[in-house]
Amino acid sequence: MTVLQKKSDNPIAHLSADDIDEIGRRLDAIRAEVIAARGASDAAYIRRVIGVQRTLELGSRAVLLFSKFPPAWFLGTAGLSVAKILENMEIGHNIMHGQWDWMRDEKIHSTTWEWDNASPSEQWKHSHNDLHHTYTNVIGRDNDLGYGIMRVDEDQRWVPMYLAQPLWNFVNACFFEYGIAAYDLELGKNLSTPKRRNDPEFRARGRQVLRKIRSQLLKDYVVHPALSGPSFVSTIAANATANFVRNIWTHSVIMCGHFPEGVETFSRSSIEGETRGEWYLRQMLGSANISGTRAMHVMTGNLSYQIEHHLFPDLPSNRYHEIAPKIRQIFHDYQLTYTTGPLPKQVASAWSKVFRLSLPNDFTATLRTEPKVALKSLLGRRRRPTRRPAAPLSAAA
Amino acid sequence: MMSSEPGAGTRASLRRRLWTVADSLASPRKAADYLDMFRPMRRGADLRARVMEVRDEVQDAVTVVLRPGVDWRGHLPGQYVRIGIDVDGIRRWRSYSITSTPAIPRSSEGEATLSVTAKAVPGGLVTNHLAQELQVGDLVHLDQACGTFVLPDPVPRKPLFITAGSGITPVVGMLRSGLDRLRDAVLLHSDRTPGDVLFGPELRGLAAAGKVRLIENHTDADGRLDMAAITELVPDLAERQTWACGPAGLLDAIEEHWAELGIAEQLHTERFRTARAEPGQGGTVRFGSGTEIAVDGSTALLDAGEQAGLLLPSGCRMGICFSCVLPLREGAVRDLRSGELTIASPGDGVLVQTCVSAAAGACQIDL
Ligand code: FES
Repeated sequence: MTVLQKKSDNPIAHLSADDIDEIGRRLDAIRAEVIAARGASDAAYIRRVIGVQRTLELGSRAVLLFSKFPPAWFLGTAGLSVAKILENMEIGHNIMHGQWDWMRDEKIHSTTWEWDNASPSEQWKHSHNDLHHTYTNVIGRDNDLGYGIMRVDEDQRWVPMYLAQPLWNFVNACFFEYGIAAYDLELGKNLSTPKRRNDPEFRARGRQVLRKIRSQLLKDYVVHPALSGPSFVSTIAANATANFVRNIWTHSVIMCGHFPEGVETFSRSSIEGETRGEWYLRQMLGSANISGTRAMHVMTGNLSYQIEHHLFPDLPSNRYHEIAPKIRQIFHDYQLTYTTGPLPKQVASAWSKVFRLSLPNDFTATLRTEPKVALKSLLGRRRRPTRRPAAPLSAAA
Repeated sequence: MMSSEPGAGTRASLRRRLWTVADSLASPRKAADYLDMFRPMRRGADLRARVMEVRDEVQDAVTVVLRPGVDWRGHLPGQYVRIGIDVDGIRRWRSYSITSTPAIPRSSEGEATLSVTAKAVPGGLVTNHLAQELQVGDLVHLDQACGTFVLPDPVPRKPLFITAGSGITPVVGMLRSGLDRLRDAVLLHSDRTPGDVLFGPELRGLAAAGKVRLIENHTDADGRLDMAAITELVPDLAERQTWACGPAGLLDAIEEHWAELGIAEQLHTERFRTARAEPGQGGTVRFGSGTEIAVDGSTALLDAGEQAGLLLPSGCRMGICFSCVLPLREGAVRDLRSGELTIASPGDGVLVQTCVSAAAGACQIDL
């Protein structure tokens, strides 16, 4: 296995090929156990969550008909924010993963579900389920890493543009659903040349996104406000706030999944000929959890169990907390680090990485000892030719 | 008359426009998804039915009385209905003969009921669930009634019904609804013992009242019902229109005999399709309506199909992205990772991940 070998503190140096196979076998057994136990209570769980979400959304929208009155505005906005978060996370994300396909209910199925988000399900399923989950944390193949606009690893060459990446990250958080849509479209790459821009397939996908965005905007900013009559303007504000809250929340949760300190990234060449055990291992090292209460887990769509989710993306989300101790045991048995922490800590950790990598490697240390050299490195780089080598993220950046 | 038409047209278009607005309010859901929370049986909803009664019959048979949603179009005596029931969280669809007399619901939620009768078979997942776990008040999913094994209107003179075991279920529906119209009807029914006969007391009551001539054949005492016995018990069968329902062997023999007599067009048969795939290793896989290939038990359907030159949807090819799902119309597949079997009856259309599923017997994949 070549994963991480060049790191001085290679976290898997102590594992033999047999160890890795054994990890794979133990994980397969955990998966099989859950599948054998899956049944009526799981089906009842997702139906209950959907029921609660719909009731909450209907109730909040009804309250917002009177959003002119501040208490109604606050209550309705809070309720709608929670409803939107539930819809995107515990319901939409997980259904689109096929976690509930086994129920054979066409209303709760990965092939039919459309979520409350700017990105059409079909495109999101491709970029997320297929690319991100297959190539998790492989620089250059997994666009979730920095969404193609950020420097996410020391090995990525620094260019001055990255100085602004904290700002980009913040803007992306605020408009996250549009960020996702743009990212599913690979907008940066596809707009870069006239040939790509005019590609009929790209244009068709572009139209699909625009249609979806149109119906999303129509709902939140025209029809519901119109229905609330004299509360028109305040309902627009309420819906915008709920979308904003949902965007910030989902962005934070997702940043916590693969970005905090301790999470490993991998090179393209490291996954060639990867075995099932090695694939599992990459998921284990490439993901981070969030600890917290049951309610918090539900609000993250159980993505707080990111490690478990990445090992078994198609197991029902309500089962992750049940297998987490067993997964942790495997980490422990093979002396691997199970990265986890409370939400504020993980968010802070992810953000500090965004800031750190916005500067050249070792910039702060050099600044302390040799300030002149450090500052020169910022300027010096700027004068380098703009043609970049085939660095992993260059195309999208 | 003329004047009412524009009004109706306007109302219909107003309705449509209201639905459009409601759908845009509910987007990306449909307004119907929210209405389903309160009025699951309303007009326009997916067809559902409420369980009104679950009644035991003899020999592990069970009759379920259902009140269908308002869009139920009723049925013809002898037809069956597909019912979707969640068993262990999985929606399973099965066909059951309707044993009640036709009635059409008049108002919302439907006043009329329909009953189906099913006989448990060993390992019969859904019927066992019907008998043991279905509760009064549960909602089940429903299709419209279908099937051509029906009593025509007007009823024929001298009808003959030949049934065995649970083959009586469609016929009892015909008898119950045609009683006052049927003249000189004969029912030849075969079962193990008198006590095993489904609806036994009711049928004997009808016979005693002179509504039908009932001939019972009890295989424990009289042996299997064969052509010789049938000819002997019903000497005038060539003069009759015949409806037969029972095990495949019996129906094959009857069809053959009627053909020999040159009266095949007087025969109507109904076969219960309990095609239970016997899971094995590998099998013949049919993709869509064309390509048929023999595949071993360790090759993924996706690989096999592509090797045969088909263009199939795919993504990760390792079972995590669900880009490759296709409907398994019929047959059995095995999950290459867990060994888990998925078996589909005709018409089920269970979606399977072709990249991690191998044939476990003959199967049909839709494209
Ligand atoms: S190709 Fe990804 S699940 Fe089959």
